[in-house]
Amino acid sequence: MTGVSIPEAVLGSIRAAAQAAYPDECCGLLLSPERGDPTDPREVVAVAAAENRAEEGKRRRFVIPAPELKAAEERAARDGRVVSGFYHSHPDHPARPSEFDRDHAWPWYTYLVVSVRDGRAIDPVGAFELDPERREFFEVPLSVRRPPEVPGRPS
Amino acid sequence: MPSTKVKVPTPLRAFAGGRAEVEVEGRTVGEAVQALVRAHPGLGRHLLTPEGNLRSFVSVFVNERDIRALARDATELKPGDVVSIVPAIAGGAPSSPGASLPMARADRPKAGAFTGEELRRYSRHLLLPEVGVAGQKRLAAAKVLVVGTGGLGAPTALYLAAAGVGEIGLVDFDRVELSNLQRQVLFATADVGRPKLDAARARLQGLNPGVRVVAHEERLEAANALETLRPYDVVVDGTDNFPTRYLVNDASVLLGKPNVYGSIYRFEGQVSVFDAKRGPCYRCLYPEPPPPDLVPSCAEAGVLGVLPGVVGVLQATETVKLLLGIGEPLIGRLVLYDALGMTFRELTLEKNPTCVLCSAHATQKGLIDYPAFCGVPAASSAPARGVPEITPEELRGELASSDPPLLVDVREPEERAISLLEGSLPIPKGELPERVDELTRARSIVVYCRSGGRSADAVRTLLDLGFTHVRNLKGGINAWAERIDPSLPTY
Repeated sequence: MTGVSIPEAVLGSIRAAAQAAYPDECCGLLLSPERGDPTDPREVVAVAAAENRAEEGKRRRFVIPAPELKAAEERAARDGRVVSGFYHSHPDHPARPSEFDRDHAWPWYTYLVVSVRDGRAIDPVGAFELDPERREFFEVPLSVRRPPEVPGRPS
Repeated sequence: MPSTKVKVPTPLRAFAGGRAEVEVEGRTVGEAVQALVRAHPGLGRHLLTPEGNLRSFVSVFVNERDIRALARDATELKPGDVVSIVPAIAGGAPSSPGASLPMARADRPKAGAFTGEELRRYSRHLLLPEVGVAGQKRLAAAKVLVVGTGGLGAPTALYLAAAGVGEIGLVDFDRVELSNLQRQVLFATADVGRPKLDAARARLQGLNPGVRVVAHEERLEAANALETLRPYDVVVDGTDNFPTRYLVNDASVLLGKPNVYGSIYRFEGQVSVFDAKRGPCYRCLYPEPPPPDLVPSCAEAGVLGVLPGVVGVLQATETVKLLLGIGEPLIGRLVLYDALGMTFRELTLEKNPTCVLCSAHATQKGLIDYPAFCGVPAASSAPARGVPEITPEELRGELASSDPPLLVDVREPEERAISLLEGSLPIPKGELPERVDELTRARSIVVYCRSGGRSADAVRTLLDLGFTHVRNLKGGINAWAERIDPSLPTY
């Protein structure tokens, strides 16, 4: 897997969720089409917000408990989708994974991190994957898909 | 011993031979998990702590019931039971404010194992013992800001992207012009008219899709410079004007970042690395800017197209060396390149013990008003030079009248070979004081140059000499070409 691609509007909804949750962290799931072969880059088609279940310190933590993930996976499967990763926000911290993120991350998933500073989501959103040895997160390219321009439309 | 199906979650299937379900034997959940890890050791580090217990963010269900509600590891299994392993997802910002802001290089997440494609892409780097996998990871984790995507920034950015620098920030706000293409190798003919950063991003990501290009489509100013530079490891100065050059230097010094400097003039270039922690800064070399208009820009003086290629590639070389921590950086040394003589000279630069910015006696603790410092009138204040002007439309009318003004062209002969206004008298700006006798005070005079800057100075000179009816052609011959006579080329 070398990177992730996401529609501009979906990325916009992640930013909006991050701003709405500020100063708490927001979190949610990335959904991709269920395909036999992984696409390269991974194609995210939608997101599903999740409630941040961190019991202490929602400003610094997010938690999506296992039963909720399991339920979300089942819902996604009914739509022919898989949970391909997660997004969360870093209020007043850069869009880079923390040591806590790495320690709690899973391989294969894509992790998007959006930094919110003073209530405003700031670019760029970071995209990361865990290396299979669990030693480190590495950043992967994030490409934003824009809707095709309507031909002949005056600009 | 009962045989149990264990459902493996999607992210871990790669460690279980790609399978979604694995059949293992065990009397309890604990035994089944141990058997699973014995059969597929790669699962171990994801499921178990070093002590061999289930990690806290791994949930195990037996027939849809969480074992934490049952007997945990000791939950007994019956034949036909289905065990599901389900990850919980957690994360968060660093708990101590600022802990990762900015990350030290050693803490920076580095690229993980390279893919086969990346190994092929970077193989000529990986073969160098001085780079190798570790060095290539450093490049992938690095962030470089290139200020200006002109003659210098274009080759620099191309080589940084090719080398696999993970994030390249670009600062520019111009659109691609045809006259850029003689040296700005980032851009193609089809890009003319397009915002430079759009074209640059497409080109760099086409060259290396693994590179993240961050566009800062704005003029770098005192108000935004610190925020813009802050996330980057190295700053590359590809600016074409003194206010921005001093701004880049000052912001780099204040933030403690190395500034890879390059500049060009006609056939000559300069390169150095200013890193105030280890050597001099640009102000140590040039405490004060030159008087405005003493040093013409490339737009006025011309530049050999390949010159910024050489200088920009030298800047890219120094940047890559800094990121890798190899070789002798060009700190405390200024390389002077002369393309006509094809010579490289090196000057030793000392830190100025009285530098207002980087010495122990520094008096300047923040950014200042750079246009004022450099004596440049604020942008878009047309009457700032305080000379009478005439628009191309007004001039057309007067030229058709019975009393047309005398046109004086203060450009260089090379420029007149590109375009000129019929009947104009050529007096290059530098020769004006000696040749003023050729002008009559009886007629009204309109002075022009390429875009109105030099001619404004010439008008002021003439006014100081006692001429009264002198005006400056607003926007120069390029504005005339655009609005009055499209048959004339602009340049």
